[in-house]
Amino acid sequence: MASRTVTCTINGSKKEYVIDVRSSLSDMLRGKGGLDSVKHGCDVGECGACTVLIDGQPFNSCIYLAVWAEGKTILTLEGLSDKKGTISDIQQAFIDEGAVQCGFCTPGFIMASIPIITKEEPASRDEIRKQVAGNLCRCTGYDKIINAIEKTQHKRIEEKMAK
Amino acid sequence: MYNFKNLYEPTSVLEALKLRKEHPEALVLAGGSDILIKIREGKLAGCDLISIYALDELRGICLEDDGSLLIRPLASFTDVTMHPLIKKYIPVLGEAVEQIGGPQIRNIGTIGGNICNGVTSADSAATFKAYDAVLEIASLDGTRILPYAEFNIKPGLVDLQPGEILTGIRIPQTSWENTYGCFIKYAMRRAMDIATLSCSANVRLTKDKKKIERLRIAYSVAAPTPIRSHTAEKSANDHVINEELLNKVAEGALADVMPRTSWRASKEFRLHLVEELSRRATRKAIERAGGKING
Repeated sequence: MASRTVTCTINGSKKEYVIDVRSSLSDMLRGKGGLDSVKHGCDVGECGACTVLIDGQPFNSCIYLAVWAEGKTILTLEGLSDKKGTISDIQQAFIDEGAVQCGFCTPGFIMASIPIITKEEPASRDEIRKQVAGNLCRCTGYDKIINAIEKTQHKRIEEKMAK
Repeated sequence: MYNFKNLYEPTSVLEALKLRKEHPEALVLAGGSDILIKIREGKLAGCDLISIYALDELRGICLEDDGSLLIRPLASFTDVTMHPLIKKYIPVLGEAVEQIGGPQIRNIGTIGGNICNGVTSADSAATFKAYDAVLEIASLDGTRILPYAEFNIKPGLVDLQPGEILTGIRIPQTSWENTYGCFIKYAMRRAMDIATLSCSANVRLTKDKKKIERLRIAYSVAAPTPIRSHTAEKSANDHVINEELLNKVAEGALADVMPRTSWRASKEFRLHLVEELSRRATRKAIERAGGKING
């Protein structure tokens, strides 16, 4: 089968992988990059468990050809921790709010929520729900997930105001 | 790993057109949110693909010198919703495609892919029909212009010949100028769902805002392909704005649609939706245009 070299930036460092052209981005991130936060859930873009940011926007990496990643900047959950490995505020908020039960959907939810927690303006709970409408959770009933996102967003805005 | 055979990756539209001619059996892959899924399901397993997703010359939205709004086919649904020209001239299109799937799907799904699939449930289709969109279709022999009204042949089949690629969707100035629209999608869920039925209406009122100068109205999932209701339009044009107008629009629409029963909904329920959504979308479009029912 045809193979190709793909060069892209993943979690801040430049990577070059030789891949089978039939790979999805999730295949490449897990198989070549060892980034296991990227879950293979439904594999058809329904559940959002494989969500990563591509040039800052959330995409389902299961329905994104790995060859399309050429030249792109990709962020996965692993890229949210700092250099010491300390987890980010949004991850901590998911723990504090009890937004994690089995945890399978969590990386996808957190990545999908990034555009909303990095906004200057606070989003309503409805807007948060809309932002994570492409992610499924079968454990939590969603309320705690929305709480965690809302809390992180408020905290970030307050921190910015304090500066 | 996807089960497809060959992946062709042109780096220009010209190269893509050559590949289309050389490999007429290969499918054109835009964002892939339909094709890649059908490959996963096995329905398209083993196919050849021509991926045009990397062709940035097919992205973007601009206003042309002749006043038409040109949407390139690889504009994502998010691009369309967020674009200032769409917000200014045809906000109803942005509102329609904002109801597709979830954020991730709206980032990958393309406006061109949405109409080239030829399914009756395409969320952009009713609005494009109701704005009399015009398509630019390129081949090695040149570019042909085709009214979107003539594009859908039957479910899943559009007038795209071997060797051709959709390169632009135009909304003529006569369609958007002084025109206000409303789109309503009826689905079982507020996200990640296919429309049970949807309606897109737009109106231009007379100067005194007492009468309809022009109504255009179209539907998704009300027939085997997206459909415009000329009967509803005819009965509305020059009509005084009142409740009777809304009834006439609904009656006219019922005369033109031909929904079927599917696992999503019965024919009877869809007919009910046609009637009700016609009224609601027309009313809202009139209000947006500054008109008042019985005012």
